Amino acid sequence: MEALYIILTAFCIALSCGTLGSFLILRKMAMVGDAISHSVLPGIVIAFLISGSRNNIPMLIGAAVVGVLTTVLIELLHKKARLQEDASIGVTFTWLFAIGVILISAFTGQVDLDQECVLYGEIAYVPLDLIITESGISLGPRALWISGGMALLVLVFVRVGYKALVITTFNPDYAKALGISTLIWHFIFMGLVSLTTVISFESVGAILVVALLIAPPAAAYLLTGQLKKMLFYTSIISLLISVGGYALATWLNGSIAGAMATVAGILFAGAYAIYTLKLKGRGKPSLSKSSS
Amino acid sequence: MDKLLEFLSFQDPNVRVVAFGTIFLGMSAATVGTFAFLRKRSLVGDAVAHAILPGIAIAFMLFQTKNPFVLMSGALVSGWLAMLLIEHLSKSTKLKPDTSIGLVLSVFFGVGILLLTSIQHSGAGNQAGLDQFLFGKAAAMTQNDLLAYGIVALILLITVALFFKEFKLLSFNPAFAEASGLPVKRLQFILSTITVLAISIGIQSVGVVLMAALLITPAATARPWTENLLMMMVLAGLAGGFSGLVGSFISFTAPNMPTGPWIVMCLSFLALFSLFLAPKKGILARIQQQRQNRKKILSENLLKAFYHLRENNPETDTFSNLQLLRKRHFSQSEYQTALSRLRRNFYIMPKGEKWQLSEKGYEEAKRVVRLHRLWEMYLTERMRLKADHIHPNAETIEHIITPEIEAQLLRELDYPETDPHQSPIPYPRN
Amino acid sequence: MRWVVKFESLKMEINTPALEVHNLTASYNRKPVLWDIDFQLPQGQLIGIVGPNGSGKTTLLKSIMGLMEPDSGYVNLFGKKLDDVRERVSYVPQRESVDWDFPASVFEVVQMGRYRKSNLFRRMSTVDREITTRSLEKVNMLEYARRQISQLSGGQQQRVFIARSLAQQADIYLMDEPFVGVDAATEESILALLTEMKEQGKTVVIVHHDLQTAYEYFDWIVLLNTRLVAAGPKDEVFTSDLLQEAYGGRLTVLSRIGDLIAKKDFPLRESAFKEKEGRGDG
Repeated sequence: MEALYIILTAFCIALSCGTLGSFLILRKMAMVGDAISHSVLPGIVIAFLISGSRNNIPMLIGAAVVGVLTTVLIELLHKKARLQEDASIGVTFTWLFAIGVILISAFTGQVDLDQECVLYGEIAYVPLDLIITESGISLGPRALWISGGMALLVLVFVRVGYKALVITTFNPDYAKALGISTLIWHFIFMGLVSLTTVISFESVGAILVVALLIAPPAAAYLLTGQLKKMLFYTSIISLLISVGGYALATWLNGSIAGAMATVAGILFAGAYAIYTLKLKGRGKPSLSKSSS
Repeated sequence: MDKLLEFLSFQDPNVRVVAFGTIFLGMSAATVGTFAFLRKRSLVGDAVAHAILPGIAIAFMLFQTKNPFVLMSGALVSGWLAMLLIEHLSKSTKLKPDTSIGLVLSVFFGVGILLLTSIQHSGAGNQAGLDQFLFGKAAAMTQNDLLAYGIVALILLITVALFFKEFKLLSFNPAFAEASGLPVKRLQFILSTITVLAISIGIQSVGVVLMAALLITPAATARPWTENLLMMMVLAGLAGGFSGLVGSFISFTAPNMPTGPWIVMCLSFLALFSLFLAPKKGILARIQQQRQNRKKILSENLLKAFYHLRENNPETDTFSNLQLLRKRHFSQSEYQTALSRLRRNFYIMPKGEKWQLSEKGYEEAKRVVRLHRLWEMYLTERMRLKADHIHPNAETIEHIITPEIEAQLLRELDYPETDPHQSPIPYPRN
Repeated sequence: MRWVVKFESLKMEINTPALEVHNLTASYNRKPVLWDIDFQLPQGQLIGIVGPNGSGKTTLLKSIMGLMEPDSGYVNLFGKKLDDVRERVSYVPQRESVDWDFPASVFEVVQMGRYRKSNLFRRMSTVDREITTRSLEKVNMLEYARRQISQLSGGQQQRVFIARSLAQQADIYLMDEPFVGVDAATEESILALLTEMKEQGKTVVIVHHDLQTAYEYFDWIVLLNTRLVAAGPKDEVFTSDLLQEAYGGRLTVLSRIGDLIAKKDFPLRESAFKEKEGRGDG
């Protein structure tokens, strides 16, 4: 049962991350996603200090706002301070992450977070924190409910906003010309990415979220040229990662999150192999690259 | 204060090792990082730092030792592998560079975490301390470590000194470097190698996660201050070294505070400080420049008002506030700003309730009006704008034309006598 | 009586310029690349915006489409602001401005021409699908409808963009370099299509860099080189004097002043900070 809880939670997280990650990599914002996943740390610590709990939903949202502010800060450093973009990303997230770690050290007694947890989460402890009704019936782990809700939210969002997401990703200028606000969609999207990283944080940590955001969609992207299929493959890969990651971690007696990232890497390698074989079969690289 | 003195006296050998170690690591990472920054490879550096983790874990598993050279070799191999992989993925697949970087970064790191946790749980003694690679272990640095990292840092600096010119060309103008027959591939190899080396020793002080800051932030700090590469490296090195010192001091006074994050904090503040305050390129300097522009425009506009009044009644050079404000609209504060600036330059002098235009002021006013009318000529003659469209443009450009551009304008237009509205163009007295 | 009124308003509608650009100044990286551009274009013509590389053609198109904030000046389409006539305006960006590795089929991309703010959350109707299909037919791409866009040649990509634009069923089409990377046969068929659109009363504005073909292709020509050199029927514009002026190099004084403006952060219009005159109105 415990294994099932862990795998299900992992799957919900991987599914939310992978679905949003598909659009993230198509928007060429993978590293902004990386930056967000680091810089929500001070938000989480402060939220924790104020509320004394990690699973309070308003606090999760508050922490997610910090993530969105990161994108604004990167933009400001780039546009106003005229710092080149890659450096703006690097300076911003390291700074915010450092603040987070310092806060954790300063309030060790009050914050139930430690540096290791920040890096690779504690998904193994998910089954320990159960929601129990007043009559004493267990409703399952709290983290499973939250990540399940998140996955549902992400799926509904992508289903409803599919057209807007596609057009603002593929050709933002054209979207603007049609009168569709790229800015609003950008912020809604980044807000969800940020919320997902915050929610995934305690289970898989700051950096392995990035593996779940990027690796499954990157693998799926190599396998297909259709967005809907890419999203479908991403969800299959997410499932494989959750099951495979749990098995690998049990076998090696190591971190589940680390094992999930490892499995994601292995699956990506597989997708890459298929991709190169296909290219060789076709005899030449994709036309668009050779002609442009 | 006592603490600071105690720290700075470096009496305690432990303090000495930690302080010199962090300074040293900070400086060498900053020096090498300058190239990564200029080549827009900051985030590749970040990825390599993360990717070093599995190398260290595997090296430890194979040799069961924490010898810095052994671990560093592991780090070097996996860092290099990561760098090649990033390049290969973005070149030979449809994945974009950001995806390749993020992918390699997170997967390598994940493998590293898996191995590291596995080692820890296996309880094979002697493993303690490996996790310190995550956030750095400056405070636990030993004399032996210092020696090892010192040697590496020295090699880095010597390499940079030897290939300074080549690296410079490679960073600023890779296409030209290629064309001028430099062995670009080999140079890139050397540069990448020293970058990986700098990262693999730098993580001792700040850890893999924050290593990017040690690499990029000093360069970002130095960039607004200079256009000279050597100067930039020196400044970056100083920022890196100083932050190392501050970080080790803070963990000396508050032992439960982590050194690495404080080094990064200090670096970030230096960077913000210089992005705000650097002369010319800083945000404040630019705001200042804009304010100067605004004042210049206001006072020149007021001067023009004097000129136009005088043009209409040549018998006087003294005008009242009312006359001036009727000639051109200014808000109260704008009017005061412009007046005081003109007075300070002795362009105008108070005369009772009125203002008298000085000879110097008259010449200056003539200059502004001349530029306005010259530019209107230029707009109609060269840019084919209709006469009813040129005024707003000339209102702006009159304030920006320098004497050199004025001379060029005069030559190109062949010293015209009147502007397109048939107003005379005033020339200096001789 | 009612008929007369209707006729009058119709006549007015026809006489309104399709596009008016008023005193437009626009900068890229704070350096002005368009200076006080001022011209009007009639409806129902095939119009070329022509000028050397870096003369601000794309910037002009982007400013017209509201994709860049101009420093001064404004643009009217059919006598109105863009927001009021968006349904009547279609834009074809440069082919290179998007990533053709994006996972989408030809049909999906062309269907984007049917996207509106109002139907963003609805399914595409059968009418929309029909219009999409017909647009693909017009550019001879129907057989490729299911193909991945990453597998198209340059000319096919260009035709997909034009089909998407057709699917908008607009009255004015602004196209950025639709002939770049296109083989001769495709170029000819695209031109035939554009001419056909013109004959149906549409206005087609093309950014075009090739001086050789410009005279042959267009009825009207806008000659641009950071400033407006000329705009009018092609015979008036295509004179050796004007061409020499547009292609005979940059105006040095102008680019020196542009550099100074960028370097010193100079405001391009005093009104930008002095008076709230409303930048949109001049």
